Amino acid sequence: MSELRIHLEFSGGAELLVGKTKHHDIALPHQPHPWSLRQLIAWIRDNLLKERAELFVTGESVRPGILVLVNSTDWELLGQLDYTLQPNDHVIFISTLHGG
Amino acid sequence: MAQLSVEEVGRYGRQLILPEWGRRGQESVKGNSVLIVGVGGLGCPCALYLAAAGIGRLGLLDYDRVELSNLHRQVLHCENRVGVAKSESGRDAVKGLNSHISVTTHTVLLDSSNALSILSQYDIIVDATDNVATRYLLNDGCVLLGKPLVSGSALRFEGQLTVYGWRGGPCYRCLFPSPPPPASVTNCSEGGVLGVVPGVIGSLQALEALKIASGMEPLYSQQLLLFDALGGGFRTIRLRPRQPQCAVCGENPSITALIDYELFCGSRADDKDKRVDILDPELRVSPQEYSEVVSGGKPHLLLDVREEVEYQICHLPHSRNIPLCHLQNGSLDATWEWILETTPTANDPTYSVFVVCRRGNDSQLAVKLLCEHGKAKGRGEEVVIRDIIGGLVAWSETVDPLFPKY
Ligand SMILES: [Zn+2]
Repeated sequence: MSELRIHLEFSGGAELLVGKTKHHDIALPHQPHPWSLRQLIAWIRDNLLKERAELFVTGESVRPGILVLVNSTDWELLGQLDYTLQPNDHVIFISTLHGG
Repeated sequence: MAQLSVEEVGRYGRQLILPEWGRRGQESVKGNSVLIVGVGGLGCPCALYLAAAGIGRLGLLDYDRVELSNLHRQVLHCENRVGVAKSESGRDAVKGLNSHISVTTHTVLLDSSNALSILSQYDIIVDATDNVATRYLLNDGCVLLGKPLVSGSALRFEGQLTVYGWRGGPCYRCLFPSPPPPASVTNCSEGGVLGVVPGVIGSLQALEALKIASGMEPLYSQQLLLFDALGGGFRTIRLRPRQPQCAVCGENPSITALIDYELFCGSRADDKDKRVDILDPELRVSPQEYSEVVSGGKPHLLLDVREEVEYQICHLPHSRNIPLCHLQNGSLDATWEWILETTPTANDPTYSVFVVCRRGNDSQLAVKLLCEHGKAKGRGEEVVIRDIIGGLVAWSETVDPLFPKY
């Protein structure tokens, strides 16, 4: 029974919510069913977010204005919350910028 | 198609001899028009390269005036045009660079009442704005008019670039059906930005607009370029295609005319700082009142709740720096201990704590946090904590003009 190791990246200011660190190598504990992105977001909320979770999570998904990418592809193309995480996946949470 | 003059052939020779560009591409560019919305950090370099490359007609839209704090990134403007409308300053700069092109200025705040009539005068729209409401407005306007939208943004050390509404590609709403909560949005004046970062993104916006104008394909339709100047470099992300359920470009659009975008986003269509007003008036003092406390030699504490990097730029003498985020993250107890141990005449009601920040917003949040914490712990009834209205900016404007504003 092994953990699921994946790489998380936060950018566009989303990193300010997770200790100002852009890159996080994490190990998700073993569970009977595969890990979905939905569960990953809940895990991040419970384990990585230091404060103001509402600036990252809305309901069971990310808040409006955050793009989620898995291995450089928009999660919308991969089944969104239902995507099943694979070992060594690179998941990026990008807060869109508005400044100019 | 527009014809090139002898002088223009000489002028654009270095790009005319590129086979992918050629006379055909140059004439197409001369026959095209681009509207740049926002003549700021993104719009300035974009306008420069579009003008230099020989775009036929350039529109410059901005309601704002040039400020000294713009010049590190808004490279069309210059010291002797501080105070001038950005649209006009930008026009003067690009006309000096290339007198062949035609430049139209729009010194207005773009909104639902004027957007379609302005956008419809141009072939390609460049989103170089600084706020969420105008980004949705531009997106919807471009979808309704069927125009490509070259969108860029920059903050701190990061930039993003994509082209919306290009030949079946997605629009802004396909990616972001709902606006972000206003509390999650940071502008350049609060978050900071290194000048060259919007310079890079604005130049790439010019490149995308020129490729479209010359008849080539843009690189970043349905692709998002991420630029991280600190450690990530350039990366390209594959985006979703146009979404059939999109509210504006989908199959059954619910948005068929422009709406109220400030209402939709819950934020104003500018990047001016939001004003917080949450404290009772008796918990607030003006900078003048505080300066009388200082000059009268009354004992007090001054707590500066800005970030440490800002405190290092400038601060008032005898102040102590405890950033607001530290107060929000468990430093309240320690701060109260500091207040109580350095309050030797605790029963003197004139003895008080003043809280200051850059503009007088965070200081109010800090006073509220400290008062609530003190009340919950049943202490500090003898201490009066107040904020300085308008912060250090107001201090500089009304008490000490030599105190730096940044
Ligand atoms: Zn759309």
